[in-house]
Parts: sequence; C-alpha cells; structure tokens
Amino acid sequence: MPGIDSEKNFRLLRERVLAAQEGDGKRYWRSLEELADTPEFQEFMLREYPQQAEIWDDAVERRTFLKLMGASLALAGLSGCVVQPPERIVPYVKQPEEEIPGKALFFATAMTMGGVGTGLLVKSNEGRPTKIEGNELHPDSRGATDIFSQASILTLYDPDRSQTPIFREETRPWTAFLGEVRQALDQEQKPKGGAGLRFLTETVVSPTLVSQMKAILGEFPAAKWHQYEPAARNNVFNGALMAFGAPVNILYNFAAADRVFSIDSDFLACAPGNIRNARDFAARRRDTANMNRLYVIETTPTNTGAKADHRLALRPSEIENFVRAVAAGVGANTGSNQVSVGSHAKWITALVNDLKQSAGKSIVIVGDEQPAVIHALAHAMNAALGNVGKTISYTDPVEANPIDQIQSLRELVGDINNGLVDMLVMVGGNPVYNTPADLNFNKTLLDKVKLRIHLSMYKDETSELCHWHIPESHYLEAWSDTRAFDGTASIVQPLIAPLYDSRSAHEFLAAFTQSPDQKGYDIVRSYWQGQMSGAGQASVFTAPVLSTTNDFEQAWRKAVHDGVIPNTALPQKTFTIKTDWANQPAPVTQPPAPGTFEIVFRTDPTVHDGRFANNGWLQELPKPLTKLTWDNAVMMSRKTADDLKLTSQTGRWGGDTFVDTVNLSYQGRTIPNVPIWILPGQPDGVITVHLGYGRRRAGKVGNNRGFNVYAIRTSDAQWFGAGAQIVATGDQVQLATTQLHFNMENRDIVRTRTAEELQHGGEHHQAAEGHTHEEEPPTHDETLYPNYDYQNQGNELNYAWGMAIDISSCVGCNACVVACQSENNIPIVGKEQVFRSREMHWLRVDTYFEGTAENVEETHFMPVPCMHCENAPCEPVCPVHATVHSAEGLNDMVYNRCVGTRYCSNNCPYKVRRFNFLLYQDWTTPTYQLMRNPEVSVRSRGVMEKCTYCVQRIQWAKIESEKEGRPIRDGEVVTACQAVCPTEAIVFGNINDPNSRVSKLKADERRNYSLLADLNTRPRTTYLTGVRNPNPELSGEV
Amino acid sequence: MEHPHQEERVHATEPVVEPGYTFSSVTDKISSIVLRRRTPLWWFAGFAVAFVLAQVLLLSITYLVFTGIGIFGTNVPVGWAMPIINFVWWIGIGHAGTLISAILLLLRQEWRTSINRFAEAMTLFAVACAGIYPVFHLGRPWLAYWLFPYPNTMNIWPQFRSPLMWDVFAVSTYGTVSALFWFIGLIPDFATLRDRARSRPFQWIYGMLAMGWRGSARHWARYEMAYLLLAGLATPLVLSVHTIVSFDFAIGIIPGWHATIFPPYFVAGAIYAGFAMVLLLTIPLRKLYGLEGFITDRHIDNMAKVMLATGLIVLYGYMMEAFFGYYSANQYESYMIHNRQFGPYWYYYWALIFCNGFTPQLLWFKFFRKNTVILWFIAVVVSIGMWLERFVIVITSLHRDFLPSSWGMYQPTIWDWSMFLGTLGLFFSLLFLFIRFLPMISIFEMRTILPQAEIEEEAA
Repeated sequence: MPGIDSEKNFRLLRERVLAAQEGDGKRYWRSLEELADTPEFQEFMLREYPQQAEIWDDAVERRTFLKLMGASLALAGLSGCVVQPPERIVPYVKQPEEEIPGKALFFATAMTMGGVGTGLLVKSNEGRPTKIEGNELHPDSRGATDIFSQASILTLYDPDRSQTPIFREETRPWTAFLGEVRQALDQEQKPKGGAGLRFLTETVVSPTLVSQMKAILGEFPAAKWHQYEPAARNNVFNGALMAFGAPVNILYNFAAADRVFSIDSDFLACAPGNIRNARDFAARRRDTANMNRLYVIETTPTNTGAKADHRLALRPSEIENFVRAVAAGVGANTGSNQVSVGSHAKWITALVNDLKQSAGKSIVIVGDEQPAVIHALAHAMNAALGNVGKTISYTDPVEANPIDQIQSLRELVGDINNGLVDMLVMVGGNPVYNTPADLNFNKTLLDKVKLRIHLSMYKDETSELCHWHIPESHYLEAWSDTRAFDGTASIVQPLIAPLYDSRSAHEFLAAFTQSPDQKGYDIVRSYWQGQMSGAGQASVFTAPVLSTTNDFEQAWRKAVHDGVIPNTALPQKTFTIKTDWANQPAPVTQPPAPGTFEIVFRTDPTVHDGRFANNGWLQELPKPLTKLTWDNAVMMSRKTADDLKLTSQTGRWGGDTFVDTVNLSYQGRTIPNVPIWILPGQPDGVITVHLGYGRRRAGKVGNNRGFNVYAIRTSDAQWFGAGAQIVATGDQVQLATTQLHFNMENRDIVRTRTAEELQHGGEHHQAAEGHTHEEEPPTHDETLYPNYDYQNQGNELNYAWGMAIDISSCVGCNACVVACQSENNIPIVGKEQVFRSREMHWLRVDTYFEGTAENVEETHFMPVPCMHCENAPCEPVCPVHATVHSAEGLNDMVYNRCVGTRYCSNNCPYKVRRFNFLLYQDWTTPTYQLMRNPEVSVRSRGVMEKCTYCVQRIQWAKIESEKEGRPIRDGEVVTACQAVCPTEAIVFGNINDPNSRVSKLKADERRNYSLLADLNTRPRTTYLTGVRNPNPELSGEV
Repeated sequence: MEHPHQEERVHATEPVVEPGYTFSSVTDKISSIVLRRRTPLWWFAGFAVAFVLAQVLLLSITYLVFTGIGIFGTNVPVGWAMPIINFVWWIGIGHAGTLISAILLLLRQEWRTSINRFAEAMTLFAVACAGIYPVFHLGRPWLAYWLFPYPNTMNIWPQFRSPLMWDVFAVSTYGTVSALFWFIGLIPDFATLRDRARSRPFQWIYGMLAMGWRGSARHWARYEMAYLLLAGLATPLVLSVHTIVSFDFAIGIIPGWHATIFPPYFVAGAIYAGFAMVLLLTIPLRKLYGLEGFITDRHIDNMAKVMLATGLIVLYGYMMEAFFGYYSANQYESYMIHNRQFGPYWYYYWALIFCNGFTPQLLWFKFFRKNTVILWFIAVVVSIGMWLERFVIVITSLHRDFLPSSWGMYQPTIWDWSMFLGTLGLFFSLLFLFIRFLPMISIFEMRTILPQAEIEEEAA
C-alpha cells in the first residue's frame, strides 16, 4: 500500500516540521532540508523509489535488516532506531561517584507481578544490571526472592524484545505516535468526553499509574478503564464481598500460627506475599520443639501440599462440602445447608479438634483459584477460631481499583461489539492470547475498533492485531513505583537506560495527557513529591509518608535508596462478617457427567500465565513435582490414565518420556494432540492443565511450546469446570524431563522423622517399609590415600567452607536453581538437549515420592549442589588435575585445564557435575554479553563444570576482610542459592569456626547427616533431616 | 629319516604344515601373493567397501571436532558410552596378536608360526582403531596431549593417580612394542621380497624396509636374540594392557565397575575376543588364497580350544559378578546386578550370556571345531558378545548408580554408529593393504618348521 503510506508519511513529515517550529522554537536550521532530515523523511525518500520499497517490503530482507540493526544497537546499548551515532571510547573525565571499575554496586528497586511488588537489590557491574537479590528491608522479600524475579534479568536482555514503536508493521518514531494520539484525542475523543476511549490494563497497583489514570479519566470522563489479567484474584475479591460486603486484603502471620489449614492454597510458592509466608512458615517448621502443623486439601499437587503433614487429594467438586463440614465443626456460620462428608469423617474430626485446640493460633488459608464461597467460609472459620487480629489481619486492598476483572473484560467486549469503542489502549497484558475463549477477544472483535494501541515488551499476539505497538521498558529500565502485599510502597528504580526505543507505562500514559513528553522519572518523582509534602492530590496513604523532616529531596533519596517508603503499609482494619452471608446463593459445583472429567486450570509453575514464555531459564527450569521442562501437559492420576488406556514410558535418551496424546475438549472447544502426564497425588477423575504455553508470538525461545489452554478456558470456568472430555489419539510425543525416577528405592537418601521422635530421641523414621538401615560411615582413616593435609597450604586463617541444607525448610520453590544459573553464567541447553539429559543446572532440586502411585504419602524436596567431599571421588580420576582440592576444602574445577574425559562425572556418586557436550553458551548475542557475571568464567564446549560454592563470593569476602586485617565474619559469604532462599534452608559458612551458623547446624547430631555417607566421601554439604509433625489422631493415615 | 620326536607329534595331531612343502615352495607360495599373482577381484571389492567406510570415519571425526562430542548419545549420568565400549572392544581384539607372537613363542608352540604375522598385523590395526576413541571422545580432543608427562610452561604434570593416565602409558607402550615386534619379524621377509621383486620401485621399497638384511649367520644370531628379548618384553604387556584398561572401571566407585575381579576377567575376555577375531579373518582368507597347507585344521582347532578356555574364564567372571552382587548384601551392588538382568537393558545382558556364555560351549565338540563355517559363525557371535559385554559394563553401571533422581538412559546416535563403522572400515582397509603388500605368513619361520629344516639341522 505505498499510496496510503506515502500519504501518511507526508502527514508525519508535516507534523514533524510544524512540531519543531512550534514546540520549542529554539531549534535553528539552515535549510528546510536539514530540518526535514528526519528518519521519516529518509524513509519517505526511499519510498519514492519503488525498487527499494519492494526490498523494504520483502519480509526476509526487512527481517534480516532489522535483526542486524537490532543486534548492533543492542551492542551499543543505545536507544534509537535508524541512525546509529558514532561510538567513541573515552575514559571517564570525571569518574561517577562510587563507581569503581570491577566493583559491583547494588541498587534497590522492585518487581511487580500480578499487581504486587517485591523489593529487590540489583547488582550492577559498570552500569549493567547482572544479578537480582532480595531487599532485606522489604516486607515480602526480606532478602529473598522467587524464580520470577531471579529470571527477570534474562528478560531484560532478551534479544527478542520489541525494539521500536511500530505502526502497521512499519517502524515509526515515538513522536509520530504522539502526533497520532493527540490528533485522535483532540479531534475525536475530546468533543464526546472520551466516550469511545477505553483503557485495558493488567492489575494496577502503582500509585503513580493510578493517579495518571485518574487524571486521564478526569479529562475524558466518559472513557473507561478496564483491568484484566488471567491470574487475577477475582475469587478473593468476590469472597470478601460475599463475607464482608467490601474487598479486603488478608495478611497472614505464619510465625504465630501453630496450625495451618490450607484449602487448595499454594501459599509457599505463589500468591502475594509468598516469600514472606514461606519464610515465616519455615521458621516455625525448624522450631522442632514448637513446630507448626500443616493440613492441606487440594486437587493438583503443589509445593505446599508436598510440605503438608496431612494432605488430602480432593476433586474440586468435593472441596465445598468438605470445607463446609470443617466450618460447621469449628463453629463458623455456614448458613442452613448442612452437609455430611462420610468418607473423610475421621480426617475432618481430627482437623477440627486440632484447629479448635489452637484457636487464635491457627490459620485457614484459601487458594486464589477457589470459588468465592470457599473464601467466605474461610473468613467465617478464621473469625470463629478467633484468628483475626492474631494470626490474620485485614486491610483495605492493595490494588487501587479492585474489581472483578472478568466482569470488567466482559463489559469491554460488550462495548466493542456494540460499536462504542473507537480507541482501545492496552497498557501491557496480552489479551488476544490470554482472555477467556468465550469472549472471543480476537481479530474479528478488534477490527471493530478504529484505533488500537498496545504497549508491550514483546511484539506479541495482541500487538500484531494493533495499529500501534509501543515497546514497553523492562522494570530495570524505567522509573515506577509499586506496593507490596501489605501495602508498603517501593520506588522502582531503573538500573540501566532503556536498551531499545521503549517507554514505561507512565511515559506511555503521559501521551494521553496534556504533557505528553514527560519523562518517567519526573512523573514518578512529582507524584511522590505531592504525596510526601501533602500538597498534591488527595493522598492514598493514611499515615504521613514523610517523616519528621520536610526536606523532600532527602526523603526521596532515602526512599529510592532503601527501596521501601516508610509508613506506607496499609493499616489494619476491622471487617465484620455479614450475619446473613451464608444465605446468599452460591453457585454449586456439579460433579461431572460419567465419562467426563473435572478440569482444573492453573498458572504454570515456571512460565506463569505465559508472560515468561520467552524466558529460557524459566522454560528449562524443571517444574517442582513433574520435573517437566519446555512443555505443559494434561496432568492426571495413574488410575485415570489406566482407565483411559493412556501410557507414559521412560524414553531411551536419558531425559525423555514418551507420553500418549489426547484431544482435550471442554465446552465444545477442543485442543488437539496434547500430551498427558501422570502425576502422583492427583485425584482420580480430575485433569489439570497449565496456562502459559502455546504462544505463537512469544519470541524465538517460547514460540510454539506446549499447547494453549486459554483456547478452552471460559469466563465462567476460570479455574475449575466439569465435563471435560478426553479422547486418545493413539499418538505419542516425547517430553523433556530432568528426573525420570521419583522413587527412593529404599535407599537412605532423604531422611525424615516426626517432631515427636526427634523430641524423644526416637529412631530414624523408616518412612517406607524396608528402608535398609544406613551403613555406619567408615572412619576417617579407612582410605587408601592419606587425608588431605590442610596445614601449610596457605590457609593461615583456617577456613573450611561447608554447607548445611535443611530438608525440613525446603519448599522446593526452585529459586536457588535460577539464582545459581544467574550468578554463575549457566547456559540453557534447549529441549532437545534435555531429552539427552544434558541440562546444565549446577544445583538441582530432587523430588521423591513415598507411598504408591495411587496414594502418595510423602513428597520430599532435596536440593543437591556439589557436596565438596573431603574424599572427592572425582579428584583422583582426573588425568590432568583439572579438578583439585583447595586448601579451604573446596573441590575446585579448573575449566581451562579440563580436557573433557568426563571420568569425574562418572565417578561422582551425586551426579552433580555438568558437561558442555556442545557449545551451549551463547557467545554471539551481544545483549547476553552484558548480562553475564564478570566474576565467573563463561565456559565453552568440552569442559566439565559444577557448583563452586560461589567461590567468587568467597574470594570477594576474603579480599574485603584482608583489607581490614580480620578474618571473614560468619554470614559474610552468602552463596547465591543461600541468598535467594525464602525459607533459609541453605546455610553456608566456615565449619572450622565452632560458632558459625553452619557449624552449629552440623553439630545437631539428631538431624545432621551426610548423603551416601557409607561411601566415605565425607561431604562438606550435609543435610538436616526432614521433620514432620503429624497429628497422632491421624496416625497411619495421610 | 624323520626325527623320532617329530614322528610322535605327527601321529599325535595333525601337522602344522601340510606334507610336501619345501623351502622354495613355501617361499614361492607366500611371496607370490604379494609379487606374482594377479590381485583378485574380491580384493578390490573388499578394499573399496572398507575404504569408503574409512572415509566415513574421517567425516565423522571432522564433524565431531567442529561440533563437539554432543553429537554422540553420551549424557549425564552415562558419561562414557559407545566410544569407550568400542575402545575396549578394539583393545581386546588387539590381544591375540601379542599373545600368539610372544607368549606362544616363549612356550615354543610352533603351530603359532603360520598365524602369528597375521595376528600381529591385526593387533596393530585394532590398537590403531582403539586409539582413536580415547582421543576423540574427549570434550577437547585437541588437548589430548596434556595426558602425556611432557615438560611444559604450565609446570603441571598429569595426575598419576588417574587410571586414564595409566591407560595412556599402557596403550601407547603396547602399540609401540607390537609395532616393533611386528616390524622386526618382517625384516627377513622384506629381504626375500626385495630379492624376488621384479619392478624397481618394489625392490627399492622392500630394500629400504629390509634394512640391509643379508641373511648372514651373524645377522641371524643377533636377530634371534632381539626377537626373543622383544617377546619377553611383550609378554607382560599382554597381561598389563587389559588389566589397566579394566582399572579405568575398577578404580571408579560406581557399582558394577568397582570390582576386584576385573583385571583377570578383562584379560581373559581380551584373549577370547582376539582369537575370535583371528578365526573370523583367517577362515575366509586361507580359503581365498588357498593357504590350507599353512594354516591347517590343527591351527583352527587350537584356536578354537583357546577360545573355549578363555570363554569359560569369562563365563566364570559373569557368574561371580552376579554372585557377589547378590551375596554382598550391599543394596547398590545387588540393585546393579538386578538392573542388568531385569532392568531396561535386560536384553543386552541375556544376549551377552547367550553369545559369550552359551555359544562357546559348542567348542567342546570336535565337530564344531572342525566345521569352519560353523566356527566362523561362532567367532562372529563371540565378537558381538564381547561388544555387548562392554556395553553392559559401561552403560548399565552408569545409567543407574546411587541416587535414583539422577538415573537416566542411553541411546547411541547415528554418529556413534558411524564412528564404529568407520573404525571397522579403517581396520579392514589396513588389513586389505597388508595382505596385498606384505607376506601375511612369516616365510622364514615357516621354513624353520618344515621337515626339511629338521633334516638340514641334523645334517649340519
């Protein structure tokens, strides 16, 4: 369409010239040509010549060009799209303050997910963010993080991110966008008060963004703001409305809870505040004298279910009856409809008794996915148990504008269908991909909107249907703010200038205001200036956010530095349960018709709702209970699979599993050829599918992985439904997994005891019958070779590094695995290499099930890093001395000496060594070069690698301590896995110092043990026995 | 006329040379294969196939070096796989040569004479094939020389505690001594060929190789002494090479590797495999070149008996492995043997027992030892069995070791097979060149065992 485009270009050109004349008036030019020498003009010139226009239109040519262009721009770390300015390498004339080349700096910022922020400290090497750590001052993080924030650094440097504003598949400058928006607003929307203007955002918490939205809505009173994201907490919202008549935010205090009853809640691994909750929960787990007890009823097995003392697998349709019975038992107001649950009566009685005995010290927590009535029942139970105000407190919601997002989306779709929408502005999100299938948010619908604008980090499924696509800045590139699960506000501080021509949501929304070219920094800062000085808009914060001083600059600097703004946590508030709440009609879940299945939708444990689909670290991160990578599958129990004659067989390549495929139908929609997965602990007759896969436009990493579950997820069955149908196709596919065998084979691997046994010095709990008694570890002298001589080896300060891992505390969240990957420049290998069992994770989390496939009694997580054995079997077999013992007891790997015999890996009984079978590391993509930790060698092909105990961190601490002439203090060396661990399950330190934390843990003879001790490897990494606290009333049951 | 002792032996067994040969007829017969007879068509066909396969090896290695050993099916936990299986298999085959040449020489088993040259050549080629694998299975094969103790600016020695280090010495020494032994054995025959060659280039080449041999009494005296000394030197190597190769496994702590029975069991297995390969090759060759007069049924019979004996030792090894696995009361050991017999690779194990345990039992019967066709098939089965043995030892031990979370599987890729086929190609290419250009039976040694030699000795 050269005609239309050249017309457009003339218009753009004219705008540009006029804007330059009117805008600031300070620009001088010698000729109109010079003024017009803009990228648009050059493009226009090109367009005048049809041959070149053809080249430009040719997809391959243009892509190649853009790719090259993108790569070179990324190398320069510049914004801009057409003209690359010359690079000059000059030394600092004035060195930036605090910047010492080679020494990393840390800056506080925060990452937002699902609207809720987690405070972070980000490591910056010469201006490049390289590693994410938690912010100790932040109420959620407390120094730890989860997998998503750890992996977000890879997204920042993702070369597939969109790089320039795009209009109808053509690159355009931001100014052109401003012109077009202004025109549309002024000419069309302004006269009718914005009646045709709609904004669609994800859940918004950022106070600045909210104030911007409010300002826009003030200017266009008839415009509407909708929110939608696929994992929104609508049921929590509706449940609170049902119980209290008002939305609430629930804060849990697991540190004070003796008994926890979780109703399908994975509070240890997802849900807002999970890092904090996991930390508090684990602290009570470690306190074996005063240990908490966790009851879980759930459908799909989760990490929380794995940690339960008593777990009951229920179908979604059974949960309401069960919860009502428990609620009635604890004396909660459940209305008139009483129910009886026959088969689980003993379980319920024991649970009710236990909860009642711990009244005021218990928590009933409900998963976000559960229907509103369950949430209301939990509110009633917590009230009846007297937990409110003790272990549970309520505040107003963190979200500025809590709504039922499905309802909001329905309204938007209705308006579009009625032709009421002229201009749809989508701020983030990917509605074309992830909205309910029955709302048909697709091309047909969007074609009814005259102007569609999408702000997004990737040119995704939604962007391709929009006129304008504006690249969104990553949170590490832009100023913003957010609030934690308890309301504590944080300033989101950028660590690097935007790598591409991208805008933050604030800058993007500014385009719809009267000051369209405002910088993100100014927007955020001026908002907080208003808040802090109390002079701005009506404060959303009840307490004064500015402390005693009135100096805004000082308060602002402190807020940015600390990463949290004091006094911004939401105040506790009392909500009373409506006495008649139980009389409201609640939709009753019907059990499915015979031959059909109940279906459960879940966000994926690693790629979440699909937003991380192009993140290789998360794609290759083994999902906690299946160890599946790169794919999703239809989860079902062994019996369900057997009934359907579906099979799953271990493959032949080492990391592959052959599974049958099925056609999955629900409510008349079918996804063909989807793989199944047999998941122990899944109740019979229920299938679980995970969102986030089947992306068409995610990027090179995430495209066409797995299947898109949104295709059958409807607005009335967001999380549960009945009547799903499965038809076997007779085909098989290969799935990539990192663990094929989940049975301990009666070997002494994970040890567990009950708190009771531990208190009374009982024998080691033989969880599965027939555990052979572990052999006595041999004495230290039973070795062919002399013990390593640590004396006179240049270790005057007598360091001996060691690690203790508490199996009791580990919740299997995988954060350590991603942290290790980020810290140590560990590559991803891709699905085909995982098939061959060649994943590179230095640290893995093993999962073991005990019991039978039908009835999982216990699930264990065991993080396995290198053991750093005193008698390391890998060391004597290396023919070239590439793996050697250090004077401090580390088992060092010398990459550049390694010739790659792999004998060390064969001889390692823990199989923690990883080999570069091919060139896995990406040496060419320039952005990844920026990302890498400069303190860790980047390995090439043909060498072995493994956990080093983060030797670079040890060395750094040594240098610091030597400068000050003192030994390293306990806690000064924190390994990457330890730093990130929300439950403090990993402790590292000097075991020669009897007062170090790790020494004290290792001294606990009741719990400390070495893995495979009878091999006399004498590992430096030891484990603390897992402790469970089962209810004696339920002994013998699960 | 005949020596009484000789007479007894002739009556006791069949002769090692058919009656009727004289010095000159022996020389004519053997040297004519190289110098006079037209190269048969089957030679060209066979060499072409082998040579093409050798090019497959070249191709595979080139691709390997450019891409990385990820082209193989090797993984974690199965860190060693087809390359190591093939290495041990080839090294095993390379055992017959030295055993026949050196040990049987010292034991004065004169029947060895007609097969030793051929067996030595086979040894040498097998060791050459074997040597390819340990180098090219490395992650960085271009650094393989780091395994040698050479003075270097890095000031690092190799690690002498590592069995791989011992392997380097064992295999390279074995290769060197085998080559020397073979070459020295060839010198008088080179001289014969030099004297009989008609074309100038051949005279020149064989002349160079003969190193000025004139056959004087002094030459012969020195020669016999040197040959005997080398035989003495090579004898311990027969035992040491495969012992040390077995240490690669026995030193490891993996159940299924960590066993003291490995050295004798590996050596016996190697001799077993070596004799199988010699039979596999000599049975068709003697037919094709009409050498039944030199490689008589007695040779075939003797070799079959050696196979039976070593096969029994190997079978004993399998039984002991199973016994100790179950008897040890060590759960890892007992799981290992159980996994071999009934795990995912059970068919490899039972195929191995069939090939190496059951098949050689046929050799108890003279009928099977006499019937060269059946014997040839037995040799093929044993060769396959020995490959399976290495597969079972390497793969089934590694794929399930201590922690079930790390258990895996292994399947060779097309490149694993192309490397193996490629080394077969190299082996047969060299072998074809050998039988075409060098005397495959030692001429001068054959002459010493003729009745004529006894007479002249007595006359002297």
